[in-house]
Amino acid sequence: MANVKKIVMDPLSDNNPITVQMLGICSALAVTVQLKTAFTMSIAVTAVLSCSNLIISLLRNVIPPKIRMIVEMVVIASLVIVVDQILQAFAYEVSKELSVFVGLIITNCIVMGRAEAFAMSNPPKESFLDGVGNGLGYSAVLLTVAFLREVIGSGTIFGLKILPESYPGNGLMVIAPGAFVIIGLLIWAQRTITKKYEDA
Amino acid sequence: MGHLIDIFVRAIFVENMILAYFLGMCSFLALSKKVDTAFGLGMAVVFVLGITCPLNNLIFNLLLKDGAIVEGVNLDFLNFLCFIAVIASTVQLVEMLLDRFFPPLYNSLGIFLPLITVNCSILGGSLFMVERDYTLAESAAYGFGSGMGFFLAIIALAGIRTKLRYSHIPPGLRGLGITFILTGLMALGFQCFSSVAIQVP
Repeated sequence: MANVKKIVMDPLSDNNPITVQMLGICSALAVTVQLKTAFTMSIAVTAVLSCSNLIISLLRNVIPPKIRMIVEMVVIASLVIVVDQILQAFAYEVSKELSVFVGLIITNCIVMGRAEAFAMSNPPKESFLDGVGNGLGYSAVLLTVAFLREVIGSGTIFGLKILPESYPGNGLMVIAPGAFVIIGLLIWAQRTITKKYEDA
Repeated sequence: MGHLIDIFVRAIFVENMILAYFLGMCSFLALSKKVDTAFGLGMAVVFVLGITCPLNNLIFNLLLKDGAIVEGVNLDFLNFLCFIAVIASTVQLVEMLLDRFFPPLYNSLGIFLPLITVNCSILGGSLFMVERDYTLAESAAYGFGSGMGFFLAIIALAGIRTKLRYSHIPPGLRGLGITFILTGLMALGFQCFSSVAIQVP
C-alpha cells in the first residue's frame, strides 16, 4: 500500500512532471489564460496519460523494442483522437477554445516520457497509478498558473467576477510573457521549499 | 506574392512558435545551454517544419478533407494519426538522405533529428495550417517562417544563457527558473511586433 501511495504522491511535488522533470511545458502555458480551459485540459491529459500507460504496460512484452516508439505513438494518437471527439461532442465551446492544443497532447512529452520511462518496465496496475499521479502533478501546476493568471489578469475565477468592478485587469498576465514569468516564479518557490537546486 | 511574404514574416515575429504559442518549449529549454547545440536544433526544426507543413497540407486536402476521396465521407478525425506518421517518417527520411548525401550537415544535426518527431512545434505547425485553411504555397511559407522563428528564439536564448553563467543568481532560481523568466522577457520584447503587417502592392 505504501508503494501505491508513493507512486501517486511522488509526481505531485518531489518529482513533478513540469517543474522538476521539465516535461510537457508547451501545452501547460498555452491553455492557462482561463481556469475553464486549464481544467478541461488537465482532465484530458490525465485521462490520456493513465490510459496510455495502462495499454502500453499491458503490451510491453509483445512490442518489439525496435519499433516501440511507433507503437507508443499510435496508442497515444488513437487515445487523443477519442478525447478530441468526446470534447467536440459534449463541450464544443471549450474544444474550440483549446483549438490545436488537444491534438498536441500527442507530442506532450509527459505522455511519451512516462510511457518510455515507466510503463515499458512496470506491471499494468503500477503504470496506471503512475499515469494518474503524473496527470495530477501536471494538473496541479496547470491550475495554479491558470488561477493566478485569471485572477490577476481579469479579476475572475471560472468567469465569475471576484475582484471589485474597479479592478482594471492586468493585461500582462493575459498575454504570453505573463505565463512564462509566473511559471518561473513558481519553480523558484518550489525549489526554495524542497531545497533541490540545479548547478548554474 | 506579397501575401506569402506577409505570412512568412508574421510566422517569424508575430506568431512565433515559442514566444507566442509556447510550442516546442521542452527542447527549447533543454537544448539552449550552448549556442552550437541550439544552432543544430534550430536548423533541424527549420528543415523538418519546412517539409512537413506543405506535405501535410497535401495529405489533408487530397485525402482527409470532407468529401475529398468519396463525396460525403469525412476523414478529418484521422488527422492527428496521419500527421504524426508523416512527421515521423519525414524525419527518418531526411535523416537517411542527409547521412547519404550531406554527411557534414548530418553530423552537425546529429541527435537532434530524431528528437524533432516529438517536438510540439512541428505537429503544431501542421494543426495550425489546417485550422487556418492555408493553401499549399501558404503552408510552405508558414512552415518555413515558423521554423525560422524557432531558430531565432533558440539562438537568442542560448546566447543569453551563455552570458548568464557568470552572474549571481539566487540558488532556487538557477537553471529552469531563470530561463523561464528570460523567455518571458524575450516574449515581451516580441510583443512589439504584434501589429506588423507587410503590404506589397
